[in-house]
Amino acid sequence: MNESPWKDRKEPAGEPTRRLTHGALERTGSDGQALRPAQPVRRRARAPELWLLAVSAVVAVLPLAVNNVNFHHVLIMFLIFASLGEAWNIITGLAGQTSFGHAAFFGIGAYAAAVAYFRHGISPWIGMAAGAVIATAVSAVVSYPVFRLKGHYFAIATLAVAEIIFQLFVSWSYVEGATGISIPVAAEGLATFQFHTSKLPYCYITLAAFVGTVLVFRRVEESRLGYYLRAIKGSEEAAMAMGINPARYKLYAMMISAFITSIFGSIYAQYILYIDPFMVFALAISMKIVLLTVLGGLGSVWGPVLGAAILIPLSEYTRILLGGTGKGIDLIVFGALIVVVACFQPQGIVGLMRSHGRRRAERGVSGDARRDATAVA
Amino acid sequence: MDATDTRAANARPLLEVTGLTMRFGNLAANDNVTFNVHRGEIVALIGPNGAGKTTCFNCVSGFLRPTAGRVVFDGIDITGMRPYHICRLGLTRTFQIVKTLGDMTVEENVMTGAFLRAPGKREAREVAAEVLELTGLLDKRAKPGRSLTIAERKRLEIARALATRPKLLMLDEAMAGLNPTEIKGAMDLCLRLREAGLTLVVVEHIMEAIMPISDRVIVLSSGEKIAEGTPEEVAANEDVIKAYLGEKYHAAS
Amino acid sequence: MHEGCQNPATCPMGRVLSRRPGWGAVPECNTGNPATTGKGTKTNVPSLRGDPRRRRSPLVHVAVGAVGVVLQVLTSGLMMGFVYALVAVGLSIIWGVMDVINFAHGEFLMVSMYSAFWLYTLLRLDPLFSWPIEMAIVFALGYLTYKVIIRRVVDAPGLAALLATFGLSLVLRNLAQFLWTPNYRFLNETLVTDKRLILGPVVLGMPQIVAAIGSVVMTILVFYFVQRTRMGRAIQATSLDKDAAKLMGIDTEKVYAFTFGLGGACVGVAGALLSSFFPVHPESGALYSLLAFVIVALGGFGNIKGALQAGVIIGVAEALGGFYLGTQFKYAVVFLIYLLVMQVRPSGLFGW
Ligand SMILES: Nc1ncnc2c1ncn2[C@@H]1O[C@H](COP(=O)(O)OP(=O)(O)O)[C@@H](O)[C@H]1O
Ligand SMILES: [Mg+2]
Repeated sequence: MNESPWKDRKEPAGEPTRRLTHGALERTGSDGQALRPAQPVRRRARAPELWLLAVSAVVAVLPLAVNNVNFHHVLIMFLIFASLGEAWNIITGLAGQTSFGHAAFFGIGAYAAAVAYFRHGISPWIGMAAGAVIATAVSAVVSYPVFRLKGHYFAIATLAVAEIIFQLFVSWSYVEGATGISIPVAAEGLATFQFHTSKLPYCYITLAAFVGTVLVFRRVEESRLGYYLRAIKGSEEAAMAMGINPARYKLYAMMISAFITSIFGSIYAQYILYIDPFMVFALAISMKIVLLTVLGGLGSVWGPVLGAAILIPLSEYTRILLGGTGKGIDLIVFGALIVVVACFQPQGIVGLMRSHGRRRAERGVSGDARRDATAVA
Repeated sequence: MDATDTRAANARPLLEVTGLTMRFGNLAANDNVTFNVHRGEIVALIGPNGAGKTTCFNCVSGFLRPTAGRVVFDGIDITGMRPYHICRLGLTRTFQIVKTLGDMTVEENVMTGAFLRAPGKREAREVAAEVLELTGLLDKRAKPGRSLTIAERKRLEIARALATRPKLLMLDEAMAGLNPTEIKGAMDLCLRLREAGLTLVVVEHIMEAIMPISDRVIVLSSGEKIAEGTPEEVAANEDVIKAYLGEKYHAAS
Repeated sequence: MHEGCQNPATCPMGRVLSRRPGWGAVPECNTGNPATTGKGTKTNVPSLRGDPRRRRSPLVHVAVGAVGVVLQVLTSGLMMGFVYALVAVGLSIIWGVMDVINFAHGEFLMVSMYSAFWLYTLLRLDPLFSWPIEMAIVFALGYLTYKVIIRRVVDAPGLAALLATFGLSLVLRNLAQFLWTPNYRFLNETLVTDKRLILGPVVLGMPQIVAAIGSVVMTILVFYFVQRTRMGRAIQATSLDKDAAKLMGIDTEKVYAFTFGLGGACVGVAGALLSSFFPVHPESGALYSLLAFVIVALGGFGNIKGALQAGVIIGVAEALGGFYLGTQFKYAVVFLIYLLVMQVRPSGLFGW
């Protein structure tokens, strides 16, 4: 009796059928025109996976084709930040909760890997796993108070949390406080997660993690969770009226996001082999993640990838080229570019491509082309 | 009739609202409102602007915690429960100010609701197709929510609510801003939903639309219930005419 | 960490700290002049010399004269709080009127501090007198920022405005670094340098007193400006409902530009006041941005009185936290207070 009538629609013994469409389907639609039989919309849901395959194939070949240390470095940074953007995109792009505090999870991951080996001689891989678990736990604990806040209040709260965690690390002697940790050099190899002669192994490990991250994002986006998150972004009230508990699903999104972010923190630490709180907990890290995702396109799979593909080479190469002599010219250029993009393409590059695709589709006849244009983007 | 069978089978009303009071500071937006809704009924909730209809919806559906009073749905006390719990029990509502999810397509909007009872995407899509067909939005399903007209948005609002497969659906001014043809369609839809076994509570301003389809009418004025009865009874009630209907219903009919 | 640093320019800690991108190098470095130390908490009180901040346990203070010490900490915090409030008021007005978080707010402050520094160094103009110039400079900077950048993003979807102001903050900060090097600079012999006021157990540095008084006066002026003048009323109307304001014939474009300028003017004054006891460098504004965000949110967006009260709360909290838990935790305390308060009042202490 307490169950929904829709559950007993399969029990013929029940009351006369309460199916929604009882007797209605044979008639006409509410606007008087005859109804066409229902046919689920077919979308090219698999297309992003194909794209991912293509992109990762290119990225896999690139470092072999261009055998240059700087290039490898830029590639690694690109993959790391694209993935961080994907992770952030889950909580902000899908669920609409602007986090300025992702450096906290990044830092936790970095420190977990570093401390594991530095303090205890444990494999950084185990450190990475532990870090991811800790970051997820921290995100869950922190989410409770933070998710009660909305909009800007939420954003500032994430900033506050990240700063608190940063301050704790600065004065925590177990992690060497402000001095930071130089990860002791170990024999090269996958087991120690250290490579000294070539950056290639880092390229491929990061690539693998990147592919995993994109797949996770796609998985989330396409699942019930993804629909719920987007509904929450659109209107928490509408979501609640559909039986969705916003706090719970935002929490899930935050945990997934923190988990991934932490993993890339560990990878970063193992790649740089030196970390301190000012590096990994920097507001600049949080902001870089925000910037590149927004630049690329908020809420879309390819947004962070496109954004990182532009911003990371730009910032890394300008630093390599101008950093030494220019005293900040790289960041002036970087900042100016961000301003220009914000002013003229606030929807991000994906938004630009999408509206372009739409215009093209509208010139054609088929509505399907339009649908595909949006589905791809 | 289907509705009477159901009522006989379940003597207890589907929704019992007892002494509902909601205060905002000094203002009592709902003052000791009591009414029942039986299974298979269409109940109209009417009253002048600011009478407290939306507030009543908010209290019943869990968006506001009433200052006093009790709401029992299907035998369960839902007073002060969160909206998503109430929705899971089979009571949901639409919003007077539509909350279309503009970034999602029409189909995705509805699938989001369908996921409540249809865990898989395939099932959710089937439910969505069914509901969209019923609300006449099927050909719009690939359009983003933000591209819809206001009439379509109102229908989408209903479709989304229907997709959660409620027992009781509360519509808040679902016909406001529609043209006569669209209103006719909405009236048909309400009747068909009742036929399909749903119970409806409908807030509406357009008397020509609401009077013919409702089984019972409850009138609110300044937060208080001033009348209840069949459409004919209410239309003849002096208090009601004074408070509200005077200008609108009589002038129109 | 890092106590009693006498020469920030060569201090290794300063180097480490300023390496942190996007984060102000720590003002603690400015202990170059013990009598005019920066943060209230760090104030090296002459009467307590010999035990600055080494006093971990409150019990020790009881011996020294607990009441006096606490009073000292409270007044220092209070005075700093007024300055924070002024910075926050500038941010709050912008935020309240056009719903834009100005991430370059701290950089506006930095520009003001450099202006004060150059006016002092080149023209021997004391910040005590040059503040109207700084105010005008940053007003113009804010006005221009609106006209050139913000105008295009203020109604844009998503995070465009945030991106734009953040990009601007990067440009300003690194431009300063490019033009004037990242070195710490000091205004060494201003009219208030080394002067102090002794009130019983409490010793107040003259620069702080001037800064506090100046901040309060400016905050009150801004408050009355918004309440009483035509432009102020237009600002209020626009912040309530832009479209309605437009219909009533208010030139919202002008109001927005002026608001941005006004927000800048606030930090313009604050920067001038701070320059006499804080080091001037490209990142000197960054910390204030963060604190101002917290204060604005705490006080409620667009609420000037709220910002003033929240500023004082934060100033005192920072001072007490720094004193009892150690300076390294003072900002953690500030952020923690924000999180706690928001649990009780999710729209800010004085938010609507
Ligand atoms: N959240 C609220 N806070 C304060 N007053 C409210 C709130 N919601 C509604 N009211 C007031 O309650 C009264 C009833 O409003 P409402 O329920 O929306 O009326 P109706 O839907 O019948 O037009 C109105 O006077 C309205 O101003
Ligand atoms: Mg209403």
